[in-house]
Amino acid sequence: VGRMETAPKPGRDIPPKKDKLPTKKKRPRRYWEEETTPTAAAASPGPSPNKKRNRELRPQKPKNTHIPKKSRVSKKPQIVKKPRERRDAEPPRSLSGAQDPFPGPAPVSVEVAQKFRRIDKSKKLPHSKSKTRSRLEVAEAEEEEISVKAARSELLLAEEPGFLEGEDGEDTAKIRQADIVEAVDIASAAKHFDLNLRQFGPYRLNYSQTGRHLAFGGRRGHVAALDWVTKKLMCEINVMEAVRDIRFLHSEALLAVAQNRWLHIYDNQGIELHCIRRCDRVTRLEFLPFHFLLATSSETGFLTYLDVSVGKIVAALNARAGRLDVMTQNPYNAVIHLGHSNGTVSLWSPAMKEPLAKILCHRGGVRAVAVDSTGTYMATSGLDHQLKTFDLRGTFQPLSARTLPQGAGHLAFSQRGLLAAGMGDVVNIWTGQGKASPPSLEKPYLTHRLSGHVHGLQFCPFEDVLGVGHSGGITSMLVPGAAEPNFDGLESNPYRSRKQRQEWEVKALLEKVPAELICLDPRALAEVDVISLEQAKKERIERLGYDPESKAPFQPKPKLKGRSSTASLVKRKRKVMDEEHRDKVRQSLEQQPQKQEKAAKPMGARPSALDRFVR
Amino acid sequence: MKVKMLSRNPDNYVRETKLDLQRVPRNYDPTLHPFEVPREYVRALNATKLERVFAKPFLASLDGHRDGVNCLAKHPKSLATVLSGACDGEVRIWNLTKRNCIRTIQAHEGFVRGICTRFCGSSFFTVGDDKTVKQWKMDGPGFGEEEEPLHTILGKTVYTGIDHHWKEGIFATCGQQVDIWDEQKTSPICSMTWGFDSISSVKFNPIETFLLGSCASDRNIVLYDMRQATPLKKVILDMRTNTICWNPMEAFIFTAANEDYNLYTFDMRALDTPVMVHMDHVSAVLDVDYSPTGKEFVSASFDKSIRIFPVDKSRSREVYHTKRMQHVICVKWTSDSKYIMCGSDEMNIRLWKANASEKLGVLTSREKTAKDYNQKLKEKFQYHPHIKRIARHRHLPKSIYSQIQEQRIMKEARRRKEVNRLKHSKPGSVPIVSEKKKHVVAVVK
Repeated sequence: VGRMETAPKPGRDIPPKKDKLPTKKKRPRRYWEEETTPTAAAASPGPSPNKKRNRELRPQKPKNTHIPKKSRVSKKPQIVKKPRERRDAEPPRSLSGAQDPFPGPAPVSVEVAQKFRRIDKSKKLPHSKSKTRSRLEVAEAEEEEISVKAARSELLLAEEPGFLEGEDGEDTAKIRQADIVEAVDIASAAKHFDLNLRQFGPYRLNYSQTGRHLAFGGRRGHVAALDWVTKKLMCEINVMEAVRDIRFLHSEALLAVAQNRWLHIYDNQGIELHCIRRCDRVTRLEFLPFHFLLATSSETGFLTYLDVSVGKIVAALNARAGRLDVMTQNPYNAVIHLGHSNGTVSLWSPAMKEPLAKILCHRGGVRAVAVDSTGTYMATSGLDHQLKTFDLRGTFQPLSARTLPQGAGHLAFSQRGLLAAGMGDVVNIWTGQGKASPPSLEKPYLTHRLSGHVHGLQFCPFEDVLGVGHSGGITSMLVPGAAEPNFDGLESNPYRSRKQRQEWEVKALLEKVPAELICLDPRALAEVDVISLEQAKKERIERLGYDPESKAPFQPKPKLKGRSSTASLVKRKRKVMDEEHRDKVRQSLEQQPQKQEKAAKPMGARPSALDRFVR
Repeated sequence: MKVKMLSRNPDNYVRETKLDLQRVPRNYDPTLHPFEVPREYVRALNATKLERVFAKPFLASLDGHRDGVNCLAKHPKSLATVLSGACDGEVRIWNLTKRNCIRTIQAHEGFVRGICTRFCGSSFFTVGDDKTVKQWKMDGPGFGEEEEPLHTILGKTVYTGIDHHWKEGIFATCGQQVDIWDEQKTSPICSMTWGFDSISSVKFNPIETFLLGSCASDRNIVLYDMRQATPLKKVILDMRTNTICWNPMEAFIFTAANEDYNLYTFDMRALDTPVMVHMDHVSAVLDVDYSPTGKEFVSASFDKSIRIFPVDKSRSREVYHTKRMQHVICVKWTSDSKYIMCGSDEMNIRLWKANASEKLGVLTSREKTAKDYNQKLKEKFQYHPHIKRIARHRHLPKSIYSQIQEQRIMKEARRRKEVNRLKHSKPGSVPIVSEKKKHVVAVVK
């Protein structure tokens, strides 16, 4: 490797100007010809200083060596799309004499590969029998290879995310929507529109899974659904009753509307299909697309899960916290977050009668909750005018807090982690550093003032658009960099045809996840159930009367004739037993001081005079 | 101000004409594919259920014999040809693709005890109760010719089994002793005995071709080396072994079908402990045959069922039975490892799929990928209780089902007694004998 860091020796003493002449004249070399002159090999001009710098960044492999699987992942983080530079070490020649300028597999950055990794390598493999162990190791190696391959396939992604940058010192929050509309292309500018509907407002709105369709419902009974990209109206009705919330079911063909009394389901023609009287006085709706569950929270304090594929109520949970009107779902694990008037947020799954967790977030009541698409961060706002973000991995610690002059009544996360808050008639949007970082609440990324008070907020999936429902109608805002640029065609495809949608619907119904599997960690199903394993082992020992896996006591082998007297056998046995005993004592001695240190540390960081008496 | 909005050109995502395939852009980002594990679990569950739905293993029944089928033999060169010998001395040759009998020979008087083909597939040998060994041509006689054996050897005693060497013109018969014959000679090259009992079967090792194994009614399994004049070693089990079969991929592994309802897989280098005890049958096991892959074997039992065992598992993965199938006497796994044939008491030969839910015929590439994907999922989630229960469930005839219950109770009682004895005696005075070691009485060299 060290040799390659320096420029090739023959090339060094020949000045590059002279060097170029023979390269031009050089006739094409045939594959049967050997190297003609040593200078021919060095004919390529010496590496430019720029290239040399690049080379130092990149760990190089000696040529013609077998590259083990693990070393495919280079140890330094790199940018994948950087053009790979030429190597001065000669790669193996093909039959035609052409050289592969980029030998070996394409490098993959560790961070990108890490995103696709499923097995946590920091966890040690369980102490298991050699057969199981080798199988686990094989699985782990396979998994690593797969993650590298998936990371490599990122190169094929077609679209880049949007962005908005202010020129030196310009505050992006000062940029008005009109400026953005003027600056962007026509197709994007068409995504900004205002629906002036003062008569039936304030409006709640919902985008479909693919982000292609928009449904909205006004307090005074106006319900409409449209293909908002082409602005084609699908249906428009007046239900003659207050509409509390509206939500698309798994596809754009079905629409759930929480009306004053009961929950109604309409199709895309506006025909009422069902009136569900078991869900009454519903305030908020959430649809869990992979479980086909419609979660409803009601004024009576019940959280009800309705399975929309079979029309049965899966669970009706009493939250025992009065009126429920703050609800959101965690898209990562399908847990429902409810905000209560005592400042707590409780986490619910249909499998449990009790909340999975309760988090005390605010001093006053909770006004709005939102969870980001990776299920890592939760944003809450309360009556105490605070906006807080929480880490949902593990201990639910608050990450940041900020007091807003008015307090946010509505919150929404975008696919790339932007946080939008509706405060009165103003919408603020904050952004983080990258995709997986929490939004920093210091400075807003964008602000926008509307013609009425905000009543509903949602980022459109796969489009840089924020839909805001307010008392003056609907506004579709442009938020560059909000959405995931590359959709997966098999998961949710905005451009899908009717046939594709039908096929997707059948597949999705076939793999409907049972409601009992909703829990905080969705990967728990793939992990070893250690508790029941140990229980089964204990039961087996009890049934058999002995431990079949225990180590057999040492039995010395009989040696050569005459050397295997009873005394010597006993002596050898004794020796092994003593050795084992010594090992045990040594281990316990090693563990003891560690325990003491652990016990001593939290007591006092400062040394005390009384420490000398501690034994 | 620098701004870029996400703006897709629909032409890149929608097909140009109706004749094109739909464009499906992929993005493997895990946040776009939430609930990976639960969804895979549901897919695995569906795949397991479908496997049980499509489990239709029975393919055909070949009838024509006028007495119980006593022995079967595969053709070494042709997958479609199979030979069978019946209890009335009749030998039939079958074509499996047409599912009909192509030739019938009245070979012996009394039972046809054994049948084997020559390694080249040009002829086959039969032994019968009439104390003869006969060699027959595989092709039928020409027009006007008599159906006659190529050679006939008249022996002194009854022969109960025969097997042919895998590479040379040598075959072995068993009866009161194991005889090794040259095809050209009318008297054996050598005969070997160890004890005085009747030997029920003899088998050549397909890899180490000079090795033989035999089992006799005095409960032992004897191993021979053809190059020596005396047997190598023997192992004595609790009850007598009916047949043995060598693993075609691992030279030193063989499996013995025992009268005590179990099968024992032995490593011939260490006969004192079987590698695995396979238990699931509820009556004596009569025949066993390995799959050509050496990973699984099939066993035929007196309990009117056949079972398929993985070599390294003690429980069977599959059980086949029909209402009409009586005691199964012989079983063979075909050379393409896809089918199983069994001959039973009620004069029929049945053809089964080795993999019950397998789809026959040519698969399209999409079918193949779906099959492989489902297989992998089933493997991944096989230990989940719900999936395990569905995958393991088999319908059993009432007789077998009740017998299993009964034997479970008996076994439990025996085990309870053992545990009590262990509990109430001086520690160390009652040895703990594992299930594997329980059935081996002695190993003699």
